[in-house]
Amino acid sequence: MLEIRDLHASINGKEILKGVNLTVRDGEVHALMGQNGAGKSTLSNIIVGHPAYEVTEGSIIFNGQDLLAMAPEERAHAGIFLSFQQPVEIPGVSMNNFMRAALNAKRKAQGLDPIPATEFLKLMRERRKIVELDSKLANRSVNEGFSGGEKKRNEIFQMAMLEPTFAILDETDSGLDVDALRIVAEGFNKLRKPETSALVITHYQRLLDYLRPDIIHVLIGGQIVHTGGPEVATMIEQGGFDQFINPTPNPQK
Amino acid sequence: MDVTTPSPRRGQGEGVQYIELYAECREMINSHAAPLLNEPREKAYEDFCRLGLPTQKLERYKYTNVAESFAPDYGLNLRHIDIPVSPYKTFRCDVPNLSTSLYFVVNDRFYDKVLPNAPLPEGVLVMSLAEACVKYPHLIEGKYGRLARSSKDGLNALNTMFCQDGLFVYVPQNTIVERPLQIINILRSDVDLMVNRRVLIVVEDGAEVKLLFCDHAIDDHQFLATQISEVYVGENAHLELYELEETHVKSHRFSNMYVDQQRNSTTTIDSLTLHNGLTRNRTDVTLSGEYAETRMFGCVIADKKQHVDNNTLIDHRMPNCQSTELYKYVLDEEAVGAFAGRVLVREGAQKTTSQETNANLVATDTARMYTQPMLEIYADDVKCSHGSTVGQLNNEALFYMRQRGIPLDEARMLLKFAFVGEVLDSITLEPLRDRLRYLVEKRFRGLLSKCEGCKLCK
Repeated sequence: MLEIRDLHASINGKEILKGVNLTVRDGEVHALMGQNGAGKSTLSNIIVGHPAYEVTEGSIIFNGQDLLAMAPEERAHAGIFLSFQQPVEIPGVSMNNFMRAALNAKRKAQGLDPIPATEFLKLMRERRKIVELDSKLANRSVNEGFSGGEKKRNEIFQMAMLEPTFAILDETDSGLDVDALRIVAEGFNKLRKPETSALVITHYQRLLDYLRPDIIHVLIGGQIVHTGGPEVATMIEQGGFDQFINPTPNPQK
Repeated sequence: MDVTTPSPRRGQGEGVQYIELYAECREMINSHAAPLLNEPREKAYEDFCRLGLPTQKLERYKYTNVAESFAPDYGLNLRHIDIPVSPYKTFRCDVPNLSTSLYFVVNDRFYDKVLPNAPLPEGVLVMSLAEACVKYPHLIEGKYGRLARSSKDGLNALNTMFCQDGLFVYVPQNTIVERPLQIINILRSDVDLMVNRRVLIVVEDGAEVKLLFCDHAIDDHQFLATQISEVYVGENAHLELYELEETHVKSHRFSNMYVDQQRNSTTTIDSLTLHNGLTRNRTDVTLSGEYAETRMFGCVIADKKQHVDNNTLIDHRMPNCQSTELYKYVLDEEAVGAFAGRVLVREGAQKTTSQETNANLVATDTARMYTQPMLEIYADDVKCSHGSTVGQLNNEALFYMRQRGIPLDEARMLLKFAFVGEVLDSITLEPLRDRLRYLVEKRFRGLLSKCEGCKLCK
């Protein structure tokens, strides 16, 4: 599905990623863990094509396509979705109009006609339930005046509407209370299919307890320094990230 | 077309050619107009000789070069020659639910060959100003020229000098006009043309009316239109006035509107510039009675080298009045926008509440916006605020939308649309609001690049 090779990237001339290699196969959920500033969000921003980041070396192949040559909207049409760490408020644009524009743009790229109005409203109703979002949401402006938890649930709701094949969850658990975290995680699990994959960025094990990733990567200093199974999350919870910085961890620590 | 052309003289003071034209043609002008319109002409002529065209040295004309717009050789139709046009055919209204009583003003003349079928409530008049001067002089006397004083503004003087007709709307005491009155101003000519149009609106005590003006230019010629409007809103009267300009890049519009509001009256003025060449709208509202309320909205969408200048004054003369003002501009390419709004709270106008906002979106490096909100307060128990912003499209929002698959152009359009949405929401006439949303969206998509007749009706 997604193949990242020797990726180097910088922002404002400062190199953040220094040779990242990562392969995600169909149906896999990967987690990416690491300290603040390690480059986790940079990596997710580059995958979705944020214009502020510059790729200086390396490649990303998504289902055989050269992802780095595609515009952000083309990547979205190809099936890539980012649940933003800080969802943007867009005053004056209603969730309804926003979702309709997004859905129809994707349909257009697939050569389909715009979705009929009744079908669209039905879809909105159905998918809203997955993350228990209020029905008033449709007429509210995108993320405007939403609580932190509502914003994150709204991200998963949009994911449910757009049905991506590869989703990135960038610290979707940050700022959530236990109940909201459960709703978001369960919502995500409901959307999982054998052919969809995800990359989950988080600091904490709690979200991973729900999502049960197949593979966990540790990103430190712009490189993936360790890759393993679910046990890596426990190692981090107990021993912090230092054990990966120092290749021979001190068991007394 | 048989028209009279002023001989251009430059460098002899601003507007000399119009002084000469008037001196040559005063008899012809008078013979094709009503006595009530002729009466103030000589005084206006003297005023114009003294004032000339406004220059940019005048505070209220800082942002628009008037003389430049008046310099070309325009024809004037002073002999009142009929211009072939059948507006009801050209402008068949098929907007669902926008049922209005539809009238046309062709250049400066009220079109009376065909009139709407639906009867107006008893006593309500919508007619030619010139004709009203003859038939109902008692309704015009003391009102014509009282608010728009020729001694105070060169454009008022010029318009009064040349004015021969226009529109008269009269709503008698306690009469409610349910059906909105829609007036379509058409600029129509086979040569470059100057039009001096006059509007007089009288809404008596307790009366209620909604007016919609649509300005269009249907010929590919240079047009210069001056329009002076005087609007009287009586005690407990309610007026909603919408002005939509959708002309073309060769059209220059100079509009001065003066509104006087009595006790407990409410007025909404919504001014929308969707397409134009150069536009200068001056709107002065005087709150002459207590507990009067004014709401003023403006929406400007400009690109190419379009120029839109809104200059407003809200004069709080009495206590307990309220005013709100919201103007939003979206400027693209090399457009120039200006907003200068003065709110004056006079001594003794206690318990005034007033809020003035001007927000602007400048989408390119080459577009320019001048904004000048002004608040002048001479009373000590008031609640007033004013502010303005100039900004660009939010890049993070654009990226967020693109990540969801919305193409960049569409994302920009949605953000611009959202920006002016607040002004469109202020329109209480629901079918008009929906229609304008549709027109504004078309405008942002570049599908409204020139006037092809009344988009509101077609």
